[in-house]
Order: sequence, then C-alpha cells, then structure tokens
Amino acid sequence: MAGLVSRLYRGEVNVDFVGRQKLWYSLSAFLLVISVAGLIVNGLNLGVEFKGGSVFSFKAPSATIEQVRGTIQEAGAHQVIVQTTNNGWRVTTESLPEQEVTAVQNAVTKRFGGDVTLQVIGGSWGGQVADKAVIGLIVFMLAIILYLTMAFEWKMALAAIVALIHDLVITAGVYAWSGFEVTPATLLGFLTILGYSLYDAVVVFDMIKEVTAKLGTTSKVTYTQAANDALNHTLIRSLNTTLVAILPVAAILFIGTTLFGAGTLKDLSLALFVGMIVGTYSSLCVATPLLVTLKEREPRYRKIAERLAATGGAGAKTEGAKAARQTVTAGAAKAAAADDKRKKK
Amino acid sequence: MLLVLLALILAMGGVMLLNKALTPEYGLDLAGGTTVTLQPITPDGSDPSEESLNLAVNIIRDRVNGSGISDAEVAIAGDNIVISVPGVGQEEVVKLVGTTAELRFRQVLAIGAGAPTPPGEMSTQAPTPSASPTATGGQGTPAPKPSATAPKPSETAAPSPTGSPAGRGLSSALTDPSPAASAQPGKGATPSAQARQNGTQNGTGAARQGKGATPSAAPSSPAPSTSATPSAQATPPAEESVAGIDLGGIDEAVLKEFQALDCSKKDRGQGAQDEPNKQFAGCSDDGSVKYILDKAAVTGTAIDSAEAGQEPSTGEWLVQLSFKGQGPEQWTKVTTTAYNSQEPRTQVAMVLDGVVISAPVIQEPITGGRAQISGGFTLETATELANQLKYGALPLKFEKGSIDEVSSTLGADQLRGGLIAGAIGLALVVVYSMLYYRGLGVVSVLSLAVATILTYQSVVLLGHFAGFRLSLPHIIGLIVSIGITADSFIVYFERIRDEMKEGRRTLRAAVEVAWVRARRTILIADAVMFIAAVVLYFLAVGGVAGFAFAMGLTTLIDIVVVFMFTKPFVALLARLKFFAKGHPLSGLDAERMSVQPVAGPKTVSQEA
Repeated sequence: MAGLVSRLYRGEVNVDFVGRQKLWYSLSAFLLVISVAGLIVNGLNLGVEFKGGSVFSFKAPSATIEQVRGTIQEAGAHQVIVQTTNNGWRVTTESLPEQEVTAVQNAVTKRFGGDVTLQVIGGSWGGQVADKAVIGLIVFMLAIILYLTMAFEWKMALAAIVALIHDLVITAGVYAWSGFEVTPATLLGFLTILGYSLYDAVVVFDMIKEVTAKLGTTSKVTYTQAANDALNHTLIRSLNTTLVAILPVAAILFIGTTLFGAGTLKDLSLALFVGMIVGTYSSLCVATPLLVTLKEREPRYRKIAERLAATGGAGAKTEGAKAARQTVTAGAAKAAAADDKRKKK
Repeated sequence: MLLVLLALILAMGGVMLLNKALTPEYGLDLAGGTTVTLQPITPDGSDPSEESLNLAVNIIRDRVNGSGISDAEVAIAGDNIVISVPGVGQEEVVKLVGTTAELRFRQVLAIGAGAPTPPGEMSTQAPTPSASPTATGGQGTPAPKPSATAPKPSETAAPSPTGSPAGRGLSSALTDPSPAASAQPGKGATPSAQARQNGTQNGTGAARQGKGATPSAAPSSPAPSTSATPSAQATPPAEESVAGIDLGGIDEAVLKEFQALDCSKKDRGQGAQDEPNKQFAGCSDDGSVKYILDKAAVTGTAIDSAEAGQEPSTGEWLVQLSFKGQGPEQWTKVTTTAYNSQEPRTQVAMVLDGVVISAPVIQEPITGGRAQISGGFTLETATELANQLKYGALPLKFEKGSIDEVSSTLGADQLRGGLIAGAIGLALVVVYSMLYYRGLGVVSVLSLAVATILTYQSVVLLGHFAGFRLSLPHIIGLIVSIGITADSFIVYFERIRDEMKEGRRTLRAAVEVAWVRARRTILIADAVMFIAAVVLYFLAVGGVAGFAFAMGLTTLIDIVVVFMFTKPFVALLARLKFFAKGHPLSGLDAERMSVQPVAGPKTVSQEA
C-alpha cells in the first residue's frame, strides 16, 4: 500500500483505465439500471417546498422547538419544519391526509392547549421555479456542448455530457433508494455536482487533447494508449482534487449529521458526497473510454491501431504504453522549450 | 500582482468598514424573515382562477426578487399568495408586491375638483388643489409650500404647491426634455377646468361648491403667459375656453359617475377594475382632482422597459418608459390627438390601478415610443414604480392579509453544525496539503485563505449593496467551491512537478513554463463553471438563480486568486534557496519526484 502511495506520488502509476472499458461500462450500466429502478419503484421523496404541504399555526408560549417538533412527528408527520412567528408557532409538514391532520391538531391541543389553525400551501419551488430550472438545465447543456465543441471537439463534448447525465442519474438513484428528502438544498447540491462533474471531465480531456495532439501516422502508440497515458498523468490531480473537495463535504455529512442530527445538512451533503465520487469515477472510467471508442473510429487513428497490431502483435500494448510515455514526455519537453523561446523573445 | 491583490482586499475591507457591513445578510432559512399573506379580490367575489393566481405568483416573484439573489419565496396557499422575504421589518414589501400595477394611458376629457371643499377654506389657498383636505404628500414628495401661489415662471422641477403628483409631467424622452415639457401642470389646471365645467353644467353639490372657488381663483391668478409655470394660474386660456368646453363624446353613465365621485373618501382608488375599453371617472392619487378619461389608448402590457432615472439638468428622479408592439404607434396617436384638442383635453392621464398618478399636458405629438413620468419621485419611489411597471400588472387585486415575522426554518444548530463540520473539513484539507505538497502546501493554504477572505468580503458587500442573501445551500456551495479553487493550484503544482521531472530546467523556469500550460486548463475548466452559473442565473428563478449567482462568484474569485496570488507567490518562492535547491521539505525535492540527475524521460520509461 505504501508502495502504491509513493508511486502515485511520483506519478508512476499506469492503470489501464481505457482497456477495462467493458468492466466500467458494465459497472455503470448496473448502477444506472439500479438507479432508474429506484426512481421508478420508490420515486423521490420530494420536500414540502416542491409538493406543498400543511401549515399548522398555534400559540404555545412555553414550548421549545424540540417539544413542538417531537409532538408533531409523533402525530405522524415526517417532514417537519418548525418556525416561530410573532404570533406563536408555525409548523410546515408534508401534505397530510385528513385523519393525520386531526391527529396533529389533537396532539398539539393536548400537549400545549389552544387552537390550531391549518393552512394548505402550495410549493414555493413547484411550478414555474422547477420548470425554469429544467429549461435552464437544457440550455446549459446545449451551451456546454457548444463550448466544448469549440474548445475541444464535439466528441469530447458528447462524452462529457454523457458522463454528466450518468452522474446525475446515479445520484438521484441514491436518493430514491435511501429515501432522503429532496429539498431545494438537495437540488442545489445536484447543480453543484453538475458543475463539478464537467469541471473534472474538462481537466482530464484537456490533458488527453494535449497528449494525443502529437499522434501522427508514424506514432508508436494508438489513440487508446495515448489517452490512457494522459489519464494516468492526471490521475494524481484527479485524486488530489477529489480528496480536497470531498473532505469538507464528508466532514459535514458524517460529523455534522452524527453530532447535530439529520436535516438539510444531511440531505445536501449526501448529494455532494455521492456526486463527487461518481463524478471523478465517470471522468476516468466513463467519459474517457467513451471518447476513445468514438475517436478510434476515425480513419487516422484506426490506421495507427491497425499498423501497430500488424507489427507489434500481442506485446504491442504494453510496449506501446511505455513508448507512449516517452513520446509524451519528449513532446512535452519540446513544447516547453518552444515556450521558453517565446518567453526570451 | 500581489500588491494589487492586497490593495483589492484592503479596499473591499475599507468599503465594508465605511458601511459598517461586517457580516453577510442571511437568507430565509438562516435568518427568518417576514411572511405576508395576500388575499385576491375578484370583482364578483368568485374564486380566482388557478391560471391568474399562477400568473400573479410569477409577477410577484419577479417584483420581490427581480435580481434573483434575495432568497425570497412566493407560494400559493389555497386561494391566497404567501410571500416570504428574508429579514424582518420588510413591510414595504407588501406595498411593492401587493399593488396591481395596471397602467393605462387615457386622454383626459374633463376635470373637476376632487372633493366638495368648503368655500372659505378654498379662498385662502386657492387656486391650487392643495386646498383639498385629503391632499397628501404621497410618493414621498416635498411638503406643501403655502406661499406657492406666487408663480415661478421658469422653475419646473417644483411641482404644484401640494407637492403632490399634480406636478408630474410626461414628455418624450427623445424630444428635448426641456423643463417646459414636463412642467406644464397637469392637475394644476384644475380650478379653471372646474370653472368651465360649471359654466356649462348645473351640476351636483360638489360642482356647485367648486363653483364658489372659481372666482377666488381667477383674481389671484397673475396669469403669466409662459406655460412653464407649475401652478394653477398658468393657464391663461382658461376663461376663453370656458365657453368652449366640450362634453361631447362623454358617456352619460360615466358623467354621472364623475359627478358623484368624491375623491376625499379614503377608498377612492378603484383598483384594477377600470375597464380599458370604457371611459372612466377617477381621482388623482392625492384626491385633489377628479377626471373623466377616455378609453385606454395605451395599456401597461405595451411597456417594454421601465427604468428609474434622473433628469440630467435638474437631478429630478423620473421613470423612463419605452413601448413595444403596438405601443409606440398608440402612444403617438394619443399624444397627437391630445395636442390637437382643446383644454383640458390636451392632457393625457396615466392611470395606475384606477388612480390617476399624473396627467401632463401634451406639448407636442410624441413619436419614438418613449415616455417619462417625472415629478416628486425619490430614488426609492421611482425604482418601485419602475419595477412594478416592468414586471407587468397583476391579473388580480389583492388585499393585504396577515403579516408575520417568522424565525429561520433551520435551527441554529444546523448552521453551527455546518460551520463546525466545514471547519473540520478545511482543517483536513490543510493537513493533507501540507503532507502532500510540503513547502508548496504553504502556498495552497495561503491561497485558500485568500480565497476565503475574498469570498467573505464579496458576500458581505453584495449583501449590503445588491441584496444578496446567504442561505445554507450557498454556504455549502462555497465550501465545495474551495475544492475547485484548490484544484486550480493542484493542476498548477502537478505541472510544475512535470516540468521538474524532466529535470532539465531550473525551478524558476519550470514555474513559468508550467504556468503557461496550467493557465489554459484552469481557464477552460473555469469557463465551464461560469457558463453553468450564467445560464442558470438568467434562466432559472428563485433559489436556483441565487445559487447560480454564488457559483459564478466563486469561479471568478478562483481565477482572481490563482492569477493574482498563487502564481506570483510561487514565482516568488522559486527564488528562495529552500525551494530552488529542492529541499526535502519543499515538496520539490528530487528524491520524491524520482528525478535522476541524468535524464528524466529515460528514467520514467524504465520504471514504467
């Protein structure tokens, strides 16, 4: 283990990410199927903000927040948001059926005395807010495809978007199965993942682009090998970044919720935690293999692959990977030297 | 660079101190706020349609949260609309969101004094409408000036002595906004109009009482010939036109309504119930004048944009409008008609929610589809009216229901928990950076500190000046963004190490070469984040827009930190022996990077 860490540190790892694409595709397909199944079977546990709910108002000057929350939860409500107003208490719950409404009212009256008024409210995040968010997402994806097509090429854009959808579906699946509440905070967590997932893919693709740009007809490596090499090259960065980003989130998820109980924090940090792990995984194991599959169909890369297969035989792959490193580093050095020259001028 | 950054931080800190804004403004979930319930009123008392309620919710949301970053929420509750605004003491919000803002432009057909006024009182203050007992300052206008019966021939910004919107004028923004155009008194002309009215009409009690005022109005009128005088005396043609008053074209029913109308009553506004296709009898918003108005010539739906602005020469606040669709054409038509008419039909009234807020005399046909409402506004009232007009009229009239101050939806424990956990997480990041990057870890920790300071300052300043409200998701988002900031210099450090591995250049050279390549990666990746933020900010509404705003903000801060701090700082460190010689603790030592002194590439391929 220590050996692996130190090799990681020195950037000497060479994991065959691309070559194992069947494994990754199967794993992802499995996760996606489970997630979609969860979404169909369980659905998402949408919060009051989306679906609307019941608002109970009553006066109970001597009660504490915990007492109020406890009383109403015991009466059968699951989502309980307690607020104080200048008029007493205001408790928002999910839409309750009539008998549970009565149960809540009775419980409150019994415990604190006084009348309980009920108001049925619509979702403050329902309707237009949700619709516009969806429209925004679609436009955003189109804008990103356009941008990545310009900055890189359309195949990279496509691969990045597929990885993004992959991440979002799996994260949503985790919510469906865990039954965690989907609140506006969770939704915003999803949006964060969306940014993070793309960000990660872009950094990886940038390196792939740099490395594969040097492939010519006489190259000793295929596109697949070069891409895999680029992946290994950024592996340290990917792992470091994920670790740095995920440490605070993990702290909030595990420490925050054990010490301070469930709530918005838990709902939000779970989305981020899962999303970041899946996001890193998908950049390495979904987006890149997909890109490679697309690129290997291009005649010029297919020619390289055919030529190497004919000459190198079975050993071509590992030999090729070594050669790739050499090409890469040599190429990088050349580029750097050019930069130096420019600087001096 | 470092000094520029330092100056930036100090400047922002200075602004914070000057404005005594040291803590961020918190959102609904963290700070609580004010909840307002609005009850829709329909003309026939029936339930409002779901469609109109939804439309109203959207318009109210825009009005209360136009910039999208104030974390306000609007929801339907039964037939009511519940608005939650962060922060307490937000009662003015009620006014902002509850007003229907149905704006119509109607040509004036006839004018009368707003209220039955005791003749004695009238004579002391005549002839200005300020004699009306209900005259209020309304719209934050200046206090009445009793001596204002003396005409000020050229002073234009000062409205009629009541300080009421009577002095508001309307002029084309494209034509020379000379004082004359906007200062021609709208309602200031009332007494003489009243006189004309009486001359041809043996009217109601109100009219008869108004008659008593007329003689006193005339003698005190110095009747200057210039039309620029704001006071009522400024209409010399009054006496000539008495005979020429034309009641033709006025609907009988509306005339009766007009005669019965008493503008001194509290509830003189007719709400949104003024039918655009019918003539209308209404009061000015200070109640001093009443009008018979023609069918609506232009309606608020034709407004393309509305902005608060300042008259360049006088500094007076006004609301500038531009029309769209049929609007410009209709506007040209009504101003042309008015221009070619006799007094008082030269006036075009602007009716907001059934109340005449201004009725300027049209000096010339206004083409170009722009108009401005001026007079007696402050920055706040002009902005308020502009926002109401810009976001459209509510399809329903509302009655203000209960106003509650509510506490935060999250317990204080949640916020504290989040902050503590976040702090622990950050501490872990610091520990990890120091272990992994050694000397360079100092750079990353300092970079994070700079990023944190900049973020905090931005959030505070935006909260103070732009109404940005920090909610729990924002805080978590900011913590996550630290990861993204960290990534920027991880990318950079790895590039430096790549360069060093090749072993053929000094650290100082490597720092520069690596920067060129890392910069491109950082910019492309940050551009993706920024596109996400911009698209979501402009297309989404409510909390999503607010979150997108925070996301865009942190992306910009990331770029600022990397360009202005991390890179210059690393370049600075590279000059130090400690780093340049690859000290074991510097994070750049040869051994840890497995760089053999001879040749980098060869070594790598052997080990691979």
